[in-house]
Amino acid sequence: MLPPRRRPHVPSAHEAAFNVWEYTKMKLGLTLLAAAAAMVTVSTAAYAQATLQQVRTRGSLNCQVGLPTPGFYALAANGTWSGLDVDMCRAVAAAIFDDPNRVQYQSVTSAVRFTSLANGESDMLSRTTTWTAVRDTQLGLEFAGVNFYDGQGFLVPRASNITSARQLDGATVCVLTGTTTELNLADYFRANNMTFRAVTNENVNVLVETYLGGGCDAYTNDKSGLASRRAAFPSPNDHIILPETISKEPLGPVVRHGDQNWGDIVRWVLYGMIEAEEMGVNQGNLAEMQRSTNPGIRRLLGTEGNVGQGMGLPADFMVRVIRHIGNYGEAYERHVGANTPVGIPRANSLNALWTNGGLMYAMPFR
Amino acid sequence: MSSSTSTAPPRPSFLNDAGVRAFFYQAAVFVAVTGLLYYLVSNTITNMSQRNMSAGFDFLDVSAGFNIAFTLIPYREGDSYLRVFQVGIANTLLVAVIGIVFATIIGLIVGLARLSTNWLIGTLARWYIEVLRNTPLLLQIIAWYFGVFNLLPRPRESIDWGGLFFLNNRGFYMPGPVPQEGFGWTLAALLVAVLGAVGIVMWSNRRRRATGRIFPGGTAATALIILLPLAVFYASGAPLAWDWPALRGFNFVGGLSVPPAFCALVVALSIYTSCFIAEIVRAGIQSVAHGQTEAARALGVKPSRTMRFIILPQAMRVIIPPLISQYLNLTKNSSLAIAIGFPDLVSVWMNTSLNQSGRAIPIVAMTMAFYCVVSLAVSGLLNLYNRRMQLTER
Repeated sequence: MLPPRRRPHVPSAHEAAFNVWEYTKMKLGLTLLAAAAAMVTVSTAAYAQATLQQVRTRGSLNCQVGLPTPGFYALAANGTWSGLDVDMCRAVAAAIFDDPNRVQYQSVTSAVRFTSLANGESDMLSRTTTWTAVRDTQLGLEFAGVNFYDGQGFLVPRASNITSARQLDGATVCVLTGTTTELNLADYFRANNMTFRAVTNENVNVLVETYLGGGCDAYTNDKSGLASRRAAFPSPNDHIILPETISKEPLGPVVRHGDQNWGDIVRWVLYGMIEAEEMGVNQGNLAEMQRSTNPGIRRLLGTEGNVGQGMGLPADFMVRVIRHIGNYGEAYERHVGANTPVGIPRANSLNALWTNGGLMYAMPFR
Repeated sequence: MSSSTSTAPPRPSFLNDAGVRAFFYQAAVFVAVTGLLYYLVSNTITNMSQRNMSAGFDFLDVSAGFNIAFTLIPYREGDSYLRVFQVGIANTLLVAVIGIVFATIIGLIVGLARLSTNWLIGTLARWYIEVLRNTPLLLQIIAWYFGVFNLLPRPRESIDWGGLFFLNNRGFYMPGPVPQEGFGWTLAALLVAVLGAVGIVMWSNRRRRATGRIFPGGTAATALIILLPLAVFYASGAPLAWDWPALRGFNFVGGLSVPPAFCALVVALSIYTSCFIAEIVRAGIQSVAHGQTEAARALGVKPSRTMRFIILPQAMRVIIPPLISQYLNLTKNSSLAIAIGFPDLVSVWMNTSLNQSGRAIPIVAMTMAFYCVVSLAVSGLLNLYNRRMQLTER
């Protein structure tokens, strides 16, 4: 049977409008479908590109630091960053671009530091971050080395007459949340059968304000952090750092897991700075050292061998680093050494060169 | 419209059939939404595994290892992340419940004061509302924390109320009850008294509606709730000891205590929300035509009873829906606790735990699920109540 024949249909004005709407709906639906399909197919192709390539294309290094902290990542009134950890960023930029100022600093709270790095917003982070097993293995991070060996301590008001951390039973302690410090604090009191109350915050400025207002009996952090904060107190001499060191805090630069070459660059820039100090190469004698006949110095400065090539850097990348930043010792004394407001003496500390009884030891440049 | 006639119009072609089209659009939207969801989830998983980030909920059993400054339910450093989640939920709910109670009480009082014929009271209430609701809540929380609770005297110079309650910059301390053997009888008596009180109120309401005679049901119910458990308590030999806070070492030990961040948060949330509640109360009362009051007065009804039996029941219909959203706002605003370090869910779970475990996606998802469930549950309950209070149309 044939279907009934339909008369040619002349749409009325009302129907015409209706059809336009129907047409729009259909178009819209198809567009949405196409868009969804396209998104599924593009997926995540962009991720694989190497970090060094991205940094070169961008023309600057995205380096993550923390909220301003004297000595490590201090922010001057004119907006420039400086500090021991900032010098790490500058050194990497110098090695790549021969210009330490091609760095975009990203100052974020410690709460989002690893997410920001893993997302690719930062190329590296250099912000007094402790190297731990869980962070190294489970968060998609790669620790590139240690630029400061630290340990956790307590800061108390001198007037409290406390001279040892063992006297802190029952105390209220201010601690930065989301840090290894917070875990060490709990461990220390548990191990010594003592109790404490924590006052936590993610913002170090709030904690320091609470501590200075008497809201807690002690403020705990890495000792470098305590010294750094105390330097900015109205009267630094009214506060003492207790002798106990309750944890190991190896601090260093961190990169994303998975881009081994990028990790190598950061690692060997750091080793290069330590090696340069051991070899006696510094900003002052660099030109002279480039003519040195010492094979170790020649390999470090790229006049012999080619360490840089394997990483996609020029042979003389360490010349660039030392010209702009100096060796590790120079960076240390400039920002946190005994003659700075932060004032952490280096002699006899873990941060001295291994040849002086410390832990600073670069793997051989060959 | 149904076509029961035998001469049905010819069916339009397949492409012009409204039913087919409707089905097509719904199917297309369904496919698009499902596809988008699938894309989002699979993309997240792919990207996370590419970045070597661990996903999944297996971390919930791992020991958290950090201290929490204030916990409503027992918690020790060795407990699991799941326990931290529960601690955070308990703390958030505690703040929300206490904040809602205070905000409602203050809001009711200020709302009524705003309507006062006394010029001074009315103006004060208006300024209270206008100043406090027009400044950011975060600012108020920080102001209460740093401007008030952090500036209180240190433990040795605590503000002392009769040797029972102490207030200093480490918190608020009060005696804590320690139930002894046999205290269960008092609790049972309390339960019986509450049930009895509900019965009395319902009976007195029904009788009032039926006969117009007023029985002081509220007073009788209150008396029952207080007197019956008290009698049982003493009859069973007063089996309750008290744990007094005492200054030992750095601070007060024993009793119950809340940290300054808790006080600052509850005060700020209650006061801020009370301004909105006050305006809601005022609007509700003003929505009842003045003729009702005049009629009641003409009939010789006392002003207090006019308010209680005539104005408020009608005002409640206007008050409840916006009140629901204020309660939900307060609950969600309690997440600002993070600014002053009170360990609510967002602070202890979405900040500390996220940071320590690094599992951003499961943790954020769990937090969002919690707030979603609480908001939907509260609004569901209050909607039920609202339906009961609505004018029954006959």
